[in-house]
Amino acid sequence: MDRYTEQRLFGLLARASAALIVGVLALVVGVTLYRGGRVFLTDPAVAITPPGSRYMLDGGGGFLHAVLGSLFIVVPATVIAMVLSLSTAIYLQSDYSSERTSEVINMFLNVLWGTPPIVYGVFVLTVIIAVGAQTSLIFGVIAIAIFQYPIMTRYADEALKATPDTVKEASYGLGATRFETARVTVRAALPGVIAGIIMGFARGIGDAATVLFTAGRSTQMPGGPFDPATTLPILIFEQAASFNAEVRSHAYAASFVLIVAVLALIVVSKLLAGRYARFAPGGRQS
Amino acid sequence: MSSTTDHGAGTDGTPGTPPSTDDARSDRLEWRLTIERLSSYWLLGAGLFAIALFGLIVLTLVQQSIPIVSEHSLLEMVTSSNWDPAQEEFGFLPAIVGTIYVTVLSMAMGTPIAILAAIYIAEYAEGRTKMIVSSFIDVLAAIPSVIFGLVGLIVVVPFVGDYLAPALGAHSIGLGIVTVSLVMAIIVTPFMISLSVESLEALPDELRESSLGVGATKWETIRSVLLRAAGPGIFSAILLGFGRVFGATIVPAMLIGGQTAIPDNPFDAGETLPTLIVNDFGELMSLPLTQSALILVGLILLVIVWLFNFGAMLVRRRLKRRWQY
Repeated sequence: MDRYTEQRLFGLLARASAALIVGVLALVVGVTLYRGGRVFLTDPAVAITPPGSRYMLDGGGGFLHAVLGSLFIVVPATVIAMVLSLSTAIYLQSDYSSERTSEVINMFLNVLWGTPPIVYGVFVLTVIIAVGAQTSLIFGVIAIAIFQYPIMTRYADEALKATPDTVKEASYGLGATRFETARVTVRAALPGVIAGIIMGFARGIGDAATVLFTAGRSTQMPGGPFDPATTLPILIFEQAASFNAEVRSHAYAASFVLIVAVLALIVVSKLLAGRYARFAPGGRQS
Repeated sequence: MSSTTDHGAGTDGTPGTPPSTDDARSDRLEWRLTIERLSSYWLLGAGLFAIALFGLIVLTLVQQSIPIVSEHSLLEMVTSSNWDPAQEEFGFLPAIVGTIYVTVLSMAMGTPIAILAAIYIAEYAEGRTKMIVSSFIDVLAAIPSVIFGLVGLIVVVPFVGDYLAPALGAHSIGLGIVTVSLVMAIIVTPFMISLSVESLEALPDELRESSLGVGATKWETIRSVLLRAAGPGIFSAILLGFGRVFGATIVPAMLIGGQTAIPDNPFDAGETLPTLIVNDFGELMSLPLTQSALILVGLILLVIVWLFNFGAMLVRRRLKRRWQY
């Protein structure tokens, strides 16, 4: 094979691989939207109807409990993870920590970032058993917050690192303290920080392994923070292979709701990042 | 941020200034310094939280897996193929074999595609196309794995059961190791692509220009210069991909078929370490020893993923040194 044939061949292979991946994405989104949409759009009320008493057997009612459970678990978790991850990311900047310290912390963050979600689930479950509690909504919140923390810290850290040093220098030059300077830096990095928070929210709302053991997989409406709850991913996971076609169809409808939510979050994150970028120094696109 | 009150910072008690404003200024300064001090404690705490969280997870898992390790030796459990918690038989071998099957198969399918797609995005695509393709990759990375599992049930299971397995002369019910590997190969590519694109794009253009300048074709430049220069970055991306597949839970649990025997061939149903945890969750509460065994599985997962990450970090550190051409 002469070098020009080789060049054409591999150029073609590279294009084919990219096309394959884009095609698979289209397939995944398409199948979910089509199969889920067929159920969901003929009867959108399933998403706002509470489940019947024998929901897992006959699919009576709807899956409002999972929609609410997802919101009640992921929204507080995102708030907790946001506060913690932003603080950690600020600490990692050179103002507060030496290069050596931030390197060490970053190493641990990388390990946490790569930790399988199931390990967080097992960890929180172990804690639940140790304190003698029962699986409930509040532990789902904790598990998801732990899961989101390294993801959101990475985004925030990258955004803060990318702000021009001049912002920091100008702030210190006016006599501001480190904390006041950090506030200015965060404001300058806002597009990236917000994009990170939304991506963390999207990852949190889509994850099943962390909450599978910790939130309690109930088939009733969530009662309070110490009652068992369920989320959309858990519902899909449990019902996707059900023998009852009605129960299975709810998994499809739930996946429709979930993928629309996740896609919308990604779009919002990109739009917000672009919008706020106009106010950031240098108009950086994140 | 107020800039007007700051002038008083260094001039406390200067004669000539009215005492009342002077007090207000030093009060204000004190307040700012208090906030500064308090916030620095909080931020230090947040910084150490990452380490504390990791330590807490490791300690809890280690402490909880002591009962099973003191009962059965680790070597015995890893080499025994008999998993039957009711009889206190804890052989991890089937799950380990299944995990290795899935990891190797999906990486073998995913890695070449990911690297080629990364080459396309970094070196071939331009302008709008590049932006669209790379944002599609971002979307693919954000899709929940449970949706991949569902689409796997709808599309990949019939495909493997009715077409792929018969075509290769095997029998399959559709659920099995190959099915999981096909889906995992797709899930793992976006991570590898975006990391590989990053390290390809970080290479200076002089490398491309000088290679093309001495008469190499574009592909020869990519193969012999760019891939080599970005090699450590791509290699660490692959290692991180390994870690991802290794710890994947939901997709294997939905598609592998759950069978605690050593699989005969890749089309067989099986079990991976994470699905072991998911499937035996019901028994977890009642039998303390089972609970301990499953927590040990979690610890093993953590340690192995940690090794992958650590390897990736070492490789990346080498990259920094290699960048000095």
